[in-house]
Amino acid sequence: MAIPVEQLADEMYEIIKESAGVKKLKGGDLTKAMVAKYGDEVSRADAKAAIRMLIDSGRCVYGYFGGSSIELPHSEAAENK
Amino acid sequence: MADDLKTPLLDELEKGPWPSFVKDIKSLAGKKEMAKDLLRQLEKSYEDKRGYWKHGGLVGVMGYGGGVIGRYSALPEEFPGVSHFHTLRINQTSGWFYTADALREILNIWEEHGSGLLNVHGSTGDLVLLGTRTEELEPTFRALTEKGWDLGGSGSDLRTPSCCVGPGRCEYACYDTLSLAYNLTHAYQDELHRPMFNYKYKIKMSGCPNDCTAAIARSDMGIIGIWKDDIQVKPDAVAEYVDSGLDVQGLVVENCPTGCIELDGNEIKIDNSNCVKCMHCINVMPKALSPGKERGAAITLGAKAPIVEGALFGSVIIPFMKLEEPFEEVHDLIERIWEFWDEHGTNRERIGEFIERVSLATFLEGIGEKPLPQMIKAPRDNPYVFYEEYYAEEGEGEK
Repeated sequence: MAIPVEQLADEMYEIIKESAGVKKLKGGDLTKAMVAKYGDEVSRADAKAAIRMLIDSGRCVYGYFGGSSIELPHSEAAENK
Repeated sequence: MADDLKTPLLDELEKGPWPSFVKDIKSLAGKKEMAKDLLRQLEKSYEDKRGYWKHGGLVGVMGYGGGVIGRYSALPEEFPGVSHFHTLRINQTSGWFYTADALREILNIWEEHGSGLLNVHGSTGDLVLLGTRTEELEPTFRALTEKGWDLGGSGSDLRTPSCCVGPGRCEYACYDTLSLAYNLTHAYQDELHRPMFNYKYKIKMSGCPNDCTAAIARSDMGIIGIWKDDIQVKPDAVAEYVDSGLDVQGLVVENCPTGCIELDGNEIKIDNSNCVKCMHCINVMPKALSPGKERGAAITLGAKAPIVEGALFGSVIIPFMKLEEPFEEVHDLIERIWEFWDEHGTNRERIGEFIERVSLATFLEGIGEKPLPQMIKAPRDNPYVFYEEYYAEEGEGEK
């Protein structure tokens, strides 16, 4: 049975939270983590939809430092107010 | 120009007959504090021999992970005008055709929300709007999208697909580059705006082997027009070139890289089986020679500039593909490549580096393509590598 997209989004969010400040995660990392956990019950399209949900809701943001990553919203050190 | 602006080092760049970015920025310095402080900070960089920009990795517009390049001044108190100086990449039109009204529309928006400085075109192909503040990003984006414009790609995503003018004004075009660029841009909006790859992926489309977008050197995936049959020859026009005094022997025959052309009096003979489609003869004698009638594209993979690893040229992965709307065959290939690269690639690994790491044989197997002679530069001379069929035959023979 397919895992609901909302559940994937919540689980991805927890992974991002745990990795904050330690490792920058990409969309692919999150997708692979969900596939590793649920196997065929998660499609790439579902994982993509879950990431979209995280970004569009503002719970996460895209960051860029060398490569792109998905992060918790935060202010960055370089920012000039 | 602002009266209090003193930039003796930058002024040197205004000398000479060529266009000068300093002159252009100065033209706005009287009106825009941002342009004035940009010049002042640049002058200081020239004096001190170091840059004063800080990278802003989090700035962007809601929902998009690309299209905005964040920059802050490292000296905001000294140069408050460029305290924030973010860049927006705007998805260019296919073939870079614009009306004056379209450009005016963009610049009016940019004068209102940003520095007013426009760079046409950036190396990725986009229109590049240089310099705005964080709080102006969303209003700029809103104003642009209301007029039908959109941001381009940046970061680990599909970069804005780019193409040559193609059949819009070039008779050499072997496929409709404008249509394919438009098609891919629309088909892959998610990949363009929501970074999900290991690293950037650039697609450039050139209509013929003259490769006006430099796809062979500057794109992860180059789609370069080519033909399969014989070069079309107009004998009367060849004779006209010879009669008019063109040194066909010296400029064409002797410059053919494979020596497959002969000139016999006023007649030209081409051994098309040895033609490598370099376009030289066609470029020299455009009225007499033209690409063949069976047209399509060769697809290359792997070109990149030196960032993480050294620079790479593209290698042929598909020697010939017929390209017609709705371009399903190209979509299918792109998606197979992305899926395999996504699954097995590493962070910040471009597709060319990925192929080098896993080997061409593994890559081809991974995307479901068969090896072909056109994929290699020279025949293999390593006797310790065997085709799988040989193993099978030997195994069967032993039984």
